[in-house]
Amino acid sequence: MCPYAWDVPGGVQAHIRDQAETLIEMGHDVSVITPVEDPDALPPYAIDGGRPRPVPYNGSVARLTFGVKATARVRRWIREGDFDVLHVHEPLAPSLGVLACWAARGPIVATVHSSIERSRVLITGYYLAQTALEKISALVAVSEHARRTIVDHLGGDAVLIPNGVRVDHYEDAQPLHAWAGPAIGFLGRMDEPRKGLPILLAAFAGIRARVPDATLVLIGPGDPDDVLADVPDDVRAGIVPLGRLSEREKAQALASLDAYVAPNTGGESFGIILLEAMAAGAPVIASDLDAFARVLDGGRCGALFPVGDAAALEDTVVDLLGDPAARARLVAAGSRRVTAYDWRTVAGDLIDVYASVTAGQSGVREDLRGQIVGRLARRRAGNEGAD
Amino acid sequence: MGMWWWAIATFVLVLLVGLYLSMTAGRLDRLHRRIDTSLHALDTQLLRRSALALDMAASGIFDPATAVVLADSAHSARAASEEDVVARGLAESDLTRVLVEAIPDVQEADELREAAADPSMLEDLRGTCVRVQLSRRFHNDAVRACRQVRRQRLVRWLRLAGHTPWPETVEMDDTPPPGLTAR
Repeated sequence: MCPYAWDVPGGVQAHIRDQAETLIEMGHDVSVITPVEDPDALPPYAIDGGRPRPVPYNGSVARLTFGVKATARVRRWIREGDFDVLHVHEPLAPSLGVLACWAARGPIVATVHSSIERSRVLITGYYLAQTALEKISALVAVSEHARRTIVDHLGGDAVLIPNGVRVDHYEDAQPLHAWAGPAIGFLGRMDEPRKGLPILLAAFAGIRARVPDATLVLIGPGDPDDVLADVPDDVRAGIVPLGRLSEREKAQALASLDAYVAPNTGGESFGIILLEAMAAGAPVIASDLDAFARVLDGGRCGALFPVGDAAALEDTVVDLLGDPAARARLVAAGSRRVTAYDWRTVAGDLIDVYASVTAGQSGVREDLRGQIVGRLARRRAGNEGAD
Repeated sequence: MGMWWWAIATFVLVLLVGLYLSMTAGRLDRLHRRIDTSLHALDTQLLRRSALALDMAASGIFDPATAVVLADSAHSARAASEEDVVARGLAESDLTRVLVEAIPDVQEADELREAAADPSMLEDLRGTCVRVQLSRRFHNDAVRACRQVRRQRLVRWLRLAGHTPWPETVEMDDTPPPGLTAR
């Protein structure tokens, strides 16, 4: 069960896609119901849950689906799916998730991705959310932040199962390009200040002065002419903007780097991109945000520098580029670290959760209780049975 | 005229209270059902764990002293499955401690895997121990949610919970053997 439109890129959608594909590779049957703009773009395991409508939610505009038609689709999906377990993502979003919780009974697992302020939950309708949540047998949180949301605001507990990385997609990636000199990379929206590109650009001027053949590879959306307007020409010559890349090209680009730099100044709750770089075999240099320090195991699996400090970043990059042994050490530590976040491992943890809620239950059924229409339907079915 | 208004207001009030009570009763019913199933799930995993512990004790991969202690605590845990929740918690905690001592680190786990005729036994045990832990968490969470509703004044006064006993959490040490879960 996916709450957001499938064909709009997003962390939750990517999580669900990777989860579904990993479970299918492991030999399980998976069906995903999701809002979608263009039903033809869906992979074979996904089902159209209706057209999404833009709704302001949790500080941004989410594209959600609800209504009579969506309810009918979710109910039919549950009735005909004969599922052993129903996994709802983002159960607090007023979307298909709540509908699915109302429509089903049996083992329901839910994953909370974002952290939400209590007031928002109250606006969404605390009582309604509560009736849906009470049906959930097991709550999963993808990060410590998300877990705190559950503990603080809903008074329940959640199992922490981190976001996964398709490590197999990254570790086999062939380098995209053989750069002339040492290459460092940046990944993310160029014009989003919290991604910290200005800090890296400031540091790169110094890096070019000390390592003249260094290249800076920029991956991600944004207008390079705009972002690089203030960069002097001799520094600009070492910068290669690649624009937005496909998942596969991104892996290849990461594999071609001598160092991946994450100069983010905030707003990261997890840092999945660091894991992707580690999986692709790129040494990681990151600002010492809590989330990054946690992923990098306090600096053992990647170099950390103080948030926003361009001079420190410059020194860290130059030191690392001049020390192949240190790079090899970070790559080795990184690839060990990343196995804990490999989807194959994460999916195993999920299977354990599924197994502990399905033991002794007979699968997911449509829930007709509490529904006037449902009661009538059941009564009619009962009468027909009696005839 | 005034009387009519009163009648209508009373009728609406009674209807609303009735609706609220019916919804709360439905909620309680759902929560009790969830507790039943979560307890059943925990019971399944615990029985599976003690059965695996007995198999392993009998398989000859442990030294004789460990095997005897393991078999003994697994037997006690199985015998306690019919007893009350406190006695069972103690017996199961005992089995947990024996398992933790038997497989304290990765090195020991690797040696056992080599000695075992069927190494998947250890993977089974790891899975089951993790599932015991998860099931207990989910069960206690269900109990907590149910207690919250049952503590409401109206629910207590009107005995909406009927004769269903006050839900109890399951308290036990459920640490999985460190040798199996370390990564």
